[in-house]
Formats: sequence, C-alpha cells, structure tokens
Amino acid sequence: MAKEIKLLGTWASPFSHRIELALKLKGLQFQYLEEDLSNKSQLLLQSNPVHKKIPVLIHNGNPISESLLIMEYIDETWQHQNPLLPKDPYGRAAARFWAKFIDEKVLWTAFKAYNDKGKEQEDAIEEFSQQLKFLEEELKGKEYFGGERFGFVDIASFFILQFLRVLQEVKEAELMTEEKYPVLFEWMEKLQGNEVVAGCLPPREKHVAYVRARRAAAEEAASKTKAA
Amino acid sequence: MANNNNNGDVKLIGAWPSPFVMRPRIALNIKSVEYEFLQEQFGSKSDLLLKSNPVHKKIPVLLHNDKPICESNIIVEYIDEVWSAGPSILPSDAHDRAVARFWAAYVDEKWFPNVRGAAAASSEEAKNAAVDQLKEGMALLEGAYVEISKGKDFFGGEKIGFIDIAFGSMLAWLRALQVMLGGVKLLDEEKTPGLCKWAAKFSADPAVKDVLPETEKIIEFAKLLVAKIKAAAASS
Repeated sequence: MAKEIKLLGTWASPFSHRIELALKLKGLQFQYLEEDLSNKSQLLLQSNPVHKKIPVLIHNGNPISESLLIMEYIDETWQHQNPLLPKDPYGRAAARFWAKFIDEKVLWTAFKAYNDKGKEQEDAIEEFSQQLKFLEEELKGKEYFGGERFGFVDIASFFILQFLRVLQEVKEAELMTEEKYPVLFEWMEKLQGNEVVAGCLPPREKHVAYVRARRAAAEEAASKTKAA
Repeated sequence: MANNNNNGDVKLIGAWPSPFVMRPRIALNIKSVEYEFLQEQFGSKSDLLLKSNPVHKKIPVLLHNDKPICESNIIVEYIDEVWSAGPSILPSDAHDRAVARFWAAYVDEKWFPNVRGAAAASSEEAKNAAVDQLKEGMALLEGAYVEISKGKDFFGGEKIGFIDIAFGSMLAWLRALQVMLGGVKLLDEEKTPGLCKWAAKFSADPAVKDVLPETEKIIEFAKLLVAKIKAAAASS
C-alpha cells in the first residue's frame, strides 16, 4: 500500500508540508523521500522534468507536480474523508482564487518586503500589508477559510504564513503582528493546536536556523555579484 | 440574453484583445451559454471591475447572477463545473486533469511572461533572451501536445479542452509577435509541426473563430500597449 504513493519533498518547504498534511488528512499511507535540492535525485528529475522542483507526488508510477495541483488531485482521487475543496462550483472557484493569490502574490511580495532594500522594500511592505488585510477580511466571521472545517485555502496559506513568520524572525522585522492581524493570528493558533497539522511543521528552532543560514548565503552571494 | 434557458444572468467583464478574456468566452461558447460582454475602455478601469475584483483589479471577471469569479483559468473551470451538461472542458480522469492544469499554469507562469518580455523589451539583448525562452517553451509544448493529444487534433482529444483554451487563446498574440519581431518563427513547420496543425484547427473551431482576433488587429493594439508599458517604465 505504502509503495503506491510516494512524496518527494523537503523538510523545510511549506509547499511540501501542504502535501504531507493533505495525505495525512485523507488517512493515506505514503513513502516520503527527502530530496537534497543541491543534488536532485534521478527520480525527481524524471518525475518533474519541466520544473525540477518539489513537491512531486507519485501515485501508481504517475507523477504530479505543483503543490496546489497535487492537492486537487489528492482531493479528487480520495473522496472518502476530509474533503479539501467544497462541492459547489462558486466555493471551489473562490478557494482556487485565494490559494493562487497566496502563491502568486503574497509569497513573492513578502520576500521583497523582508529581503529588499530602499524604495522597493517600502513598496513591497505596503503591498504585503494590503494583501494580509485582504486575507484578514476573507477570514473574518469564519472559523477557517474553508468555513466550519479547514480546507484547501487553510492548508495552502497556513504553511506559507508559518514560513513567513520564520523569515520574519530571521530578519527581525515586525510586518505580521497579532495587533495588526488578530483574525489571522487566532486562526494560525487554532491550526497550530491541531495535532495533525502541527505534525507537519518542522521544529521551529531548526527551521529558523535553516532559513537564517540560507539568507546569509544568499546575501553573501549577492554582495559578491555586486563586487565582481 | 432574454432566453438563456435558466443559465441565470451571465456577464463577462473584459476586452477583446486580452488572451485571458478569450478563455472564458471560448468556454461559454462551448457550453452554448449566452452572456453580456462588458468591455473595459483601454487605459481605465470601470467601477464594476474594481468592485468585482478588488484584489487584482484585472479582467476577465465573470459575473454569474452578480457573483464575481476571477482569474481566467479558474473561470474556465467554474464554467465547466456549472454547465456540466454541455461538452466537458476538463478531462474526466484525475491524473489527466492534473496534467491539463499543469500545462495551463505553465503557459501563464513560464511562457506568457516572455511574450510581454519580447514585445516590450528595451534592448536587443533582452528581446533575444525572451525569444529564446519562448522557443524553448514552444518545444516543450510541442512535446506535450504530441504526448497528450495521442494523435487526435487537440490536447483535449477530439474536441478542444482546457489546455487548448489556455494556450490557444494566446495564438493571436503569438502570430502578432512573429510579425512584430520581423518574422521570428515560434510556430515552426519544422520544429513544431504538431502545434502548427493544432493552431489551424483550433482557430477554425466554431467556439473560437469569432473570439480570436485577426493578427493585424492585435499588431495595431500591441503598439498602443507597448507604448503604455514603456511610458510606465520610464516614469517609475
């Protein structure tokens, strides 16, 4: 049974965490293969030749890539428990919209807001703040983005926001605070208190140390490029 | 409009040159759903658009009984799910659906940015780099077409499907770009023979032919758009 489903991922990646959680919510046994991104496995390169990225789900030998697409695949293939997307087309469209918003806008703006300098950073901070306000508004009055139960958007956004909190700690920047976004913070705490969800998060200190090291390496590489 | 067979009130906010807007138009045609096409004025955004898509302020937006749905590929999926009695757009197998969504996302995230890059490039170097990326992308898409169509006319098989709509909606811009770049071949009889045949079939499809604009019209429009992009870049 376990051989049927393989997940290629990395312990630090929020995209990988999404899939771990989705599989656990469906009660599925799977084989987890940790990738070394500096030395990608043949399996990864064969399974995702276009992007060469994790996560990749391999089900009965068929690879699926792109975490949101993998989540939809999981939801459609195993419908017996914990539906991730709602049944009604409008709810599904809304869920897909917010998940896409997180991946295409929030994450990248946040990187600039935390990592850039000068005017670019200022603009990004402003934009990030607006994006978080949209999320806060969308969540207001609901238990979860998914309504009474957490679902697609909760899974998509939780790990990304947790990752951003790690980055925030590394950069010592207070862009996301409980004061500014009380609804989001209450929701994050609720999910952190859920055993299955929390089980997909890496140990905080380990994650912070890793992101800190990566940022230092990136900054050093960038300054070398400038000097050269 | 008056006789929409219980489809409800269907409006689409968009503009004729936008490939993203073409996608839901084609999808609605496939499902034989009549809709009111509310065209935005070039250079300004209507109150309705800003109210319906406050997050992105972009077209297309589908308004179904006044409820907004945004993001072109998401709108196409919505149309497929609501009007499920009509010809299906997404494949029925879950893995095939994941593949279809993958390539539609590829067009938007990897391929299309280079169209903009090539058209509005500020240097010869930048333009050539974008064109190289586009050609690489065309090769990948040719491979995908051969694999997925399995000898049939379309990515979707015998009839147009999700990938056809996502990529086919780009054809008018693709053809215009070839002309604007002085005869660069993106659709190449030698390198992308499958896509060349596919492009002709797609363009002639009844759901598509009144939606895909003529290449000359896009070239005219592109001049306006490029000027706008360059002006914005110069002032920032």
